[in-house]
Formats: sequence, structure tokens, C-alpha cells
Amino acid sequence: MIALVDYGAGNLRSVENALRAVGAEVQVTHDPGVVSRAERIVVPGQGSMKACTDAMLASGCAEALVGAIGRGARVLGICVGLQMLFEEGEEHGGAKGLGLIPGTIAKLPDTVKLPHIGWSQVRAAPGCHPLFGPLDGQYVYFAHSFAAPADARGVALLAEHGRPYCAALADGNVFAVQFHPEKSQKVGLAFLEAFVRI
Amino acid sequence: MPAKRIIPCLDVKNGRVVKGIHFENLRDAGDPVEAASRYDAQGADEVTYLDIAATQENRGTLISLVERTAACVFAPLTVGGGVRSEAEMIALLRAGADKVSVNSAAVKDPHLVDRLSAVAGAQALVIAIDVKRRPGTSPLEWEVYVAGGTRPTGLEGVAWAAEVARRGAGELLLTSMDRDGTRAGYDLELLEKVCSAVSIPVIASGGVGTLEHLAEGLRHADAALAASIFHDGQYTVQQAKAYLRERGIEVRP
Repeated sequence: MIALVDYGAGNLRSVENALRAVGAEVQVTHDPGVVSRAERIVVPGQGSMKACTDAMLASGCAEALVGAIGRGARVLGICVGLQMLFEEGEEHGGAKGLGLIPGTIAKLPDTVKLPHIGWSQVRAAPGCHPLFGPLDGQYVYFAHSFAAPADARGVALLAEHGRPYCAALADGNVFAVQFHPEKSQKVGLAFLEAFVRI
Repeated sequence: MPAKRIIPCLDVKNGRVVKGIHFENLRDAGDPVEAASRYDAQGADEVTYLDIAATQENRGTLISLVERTAACVFAPLTVGGGVRSEAEMIALLRAGADKVSVNSAAVKDPHLVDRLSAVAGAQALVIAIDVKRRPGTSPLEWEVYVAGGTRPTGLEGVAWAAEVARRGAGELLLTSMDRDGTRAGYDLELLEKVCSAVSIPVIASGGVGTLEHLAEGLRHADAALAASIFHDGQYTVQQAKAYLRERGIEVRP
């Protein structure tokens, strides 16, 4: 069973649909108790890092998530669900993250069109975790203006929009992607299926 | 830069696909979910629904259409038509839309753009702009129309595009009403003007009749919206992409 964290932000429905399409049992929940007991947890997120992190903290799901990670639950953060794992973000004059991964979520350069919306190719970083290996060279769907550093701990995939940045990471039992696997057609569904099985 | 996107657009009315010329003479063109699934299977980069008869009464029909689509289409979905509040935008996003497109309501209250962008993020907000050339203007000017292209607003199109970008729009869906449904090609002067006036992605719309038209539009725009050439089975999305790739335009396989 996968706990899909509904903390009041994000387009949960698409993530839920995609997980079910690859055969996962999904429980949409805002109950910290359910989150803290789950074997697998998916944290979606859309919009602002500050709003999402604040909502995670206020609902008690942030604390439950950190506890679950500590006892080995496999976690997948999507989009702002990746960003909130970091220490802080530049958005809206500064946002505190959960601080599980060192580093800052910074705005992409204004030399390119922002938001970065559309399909961009991702490349495997040196030492790429096997979960992300099949995505090397594939196009996946992005919709964001802020991104994690290219040298983030556990970086598995790199993308480039104005600068190279971390498109996916694997840090122990914590996995996260800046792109939207639930909107990346077959490539995205295959990745979600792989996450469900690890 | 991301790959250039090909976006089949479905005009919907009362839960069915319709197609007309200059927003008139509508004819039934099938079930939206079926059409969206077909485009998804062909590798469309995104699908757009525009509810051209959006009213309070049929809002529920649109929401349930979005829900049914999101259950089987795993590509980005943009939905527009009659959206005028934060609550309506959130309802569509929660039903499974990735982006919501807003047109008339933004013209009526430009601050709505700021509010919608704040509530869901710029990446979820598309501002749709329908324009018509002002005859005899030099340099060329375009006038913004609302209410499905029925009402002139007096606003100049390029200036309006720049304003909504500044207020927090994530993308522009720019339709030339002069070209819509004519298959005579995009209004390239319009695209060039708007693309150099804003630093957000621009989706070109109105007038595609051939694959060369797509290539022309994508020299300026980030994405190409097209309806008739795909609906009538004239071309598949794969054929369009193969053509663009041959012309040196980066598209997703």
C-alpha cells in the first residue's frame, strides 16, 4: 500500500490515477498516523515551496514523513515534493524546507523562458541509482521555475534549462523527481511502476 | 530548452467535441475522452480542452469530463472556458487538469491573474488571448476579443500579453481570430511580436492547415496548438513530429 499524502496542495488526482494504472494500491491520506506507518509514501506538490512545506508541517504529515524515512519507508517526492526535502528555497523571499537534503532550491536563470514548461531530456548523473537508469536520455514533463543544485546529494538525473540542475535524486530510501512522472506518458508510468516494486 | 510541443485542441460543448470556423457553424466531432486518448497514444505533448459554451449550469459536465480524461490520459491536460475565480480553477486542477486557461475574466479583472497565479502557481495558469488585426494600422496592431470572440475590448493584444505575463501568467495561448479555422497558417507577425514582448512560453493557435504551418509557427512559439488537421485524420501527431524533426525542429519522439 502506498500512502499518497494529501496536505491540501497539488494535483493529487493525476498522481493517484497513475499509481493505480501501474497496479499500486493507493491510500490518499492527510492522517499523520497513516503516513508514519506506510511502507511507501508519495509526496506530490505543486505551486510554491513555502505554501507546500507550511501545509505539510501544519497537517503533522511532515513530522510523520521524517519519522517514516527514519525507519526505512520508501519515499517518492514529486516536483515541490522534491524541493521541500531541501533546507531552503529562494521563492517568495525565502522558504524553509524539511532540511533532509543539504542545499537551496534556487530560481532558474532569467536568460531562458520561465516557467520551464514542457518536455526536456534528462541524463544520468555519475553513479545514477538503478531506479533512474532507464530514464537516461528520455524526455519527461516539467513545470517549474525553481530547481535543486546539479551537485545535490544523491543526484541521479540531470536536466538543463538555463543551467544544469538536479532532475532526480536517490538518497538512501528517499527518492525524488523534479519532473511529473504521472504526466510523462509511458516513460513516467514505467518509472512509477519501478518505484512501486523497489 | 524543452522540445517544441504539439498540442491537439478540442473545443468542447456540453461534453462533446465540436468544430467550427471563426467560432461559428459548429458541428459534432465526437467524444472528448476518446479523442484525447487517441492523441495521447499518438504521442501528443499535451491536450487542451476549451469549453466554448461554459456556463454555471454545465460546469459539472466539464469537471466530470476532466475526471474521466485524467483517469486514462497520462499527458498534461489544459482546460479552459468560463473560469472566473480561484475556486473554479482549484476545482479543475483537483479534477485532474494540470493547467487552467483563463480568457474573458482576466480582461474584466486583470488582478484575477495575480490571484490565480498566487493560489496555484504560474506553471498552472495559462492566459488565453483571442485577437483580430486592426485594419490599416502601421505598425500592425491587434485587438483583444472576449466572450468566445464575440466582443471587442479595445485592448491592444501585444500590450495585454505583456501585462498578463508581468502579473503572473505561466503561458500564453495566443489565437488569431483572423486565421482560426481558415487553414491559412498562423499569423506569424503576431507570433513574432508577442514572443519578443514576453519571457514566458507562448502557444500558437489559429490557422494551421499544413505541417509547414506548424514549422513556421514553431520558429517563434514554444508550442503549436492545432485542431482540424488532427481531428479530420488529415495527419497524425507522429506524422507532424516526423516532419518537424526533418526540418531540424527539436520534438519529443
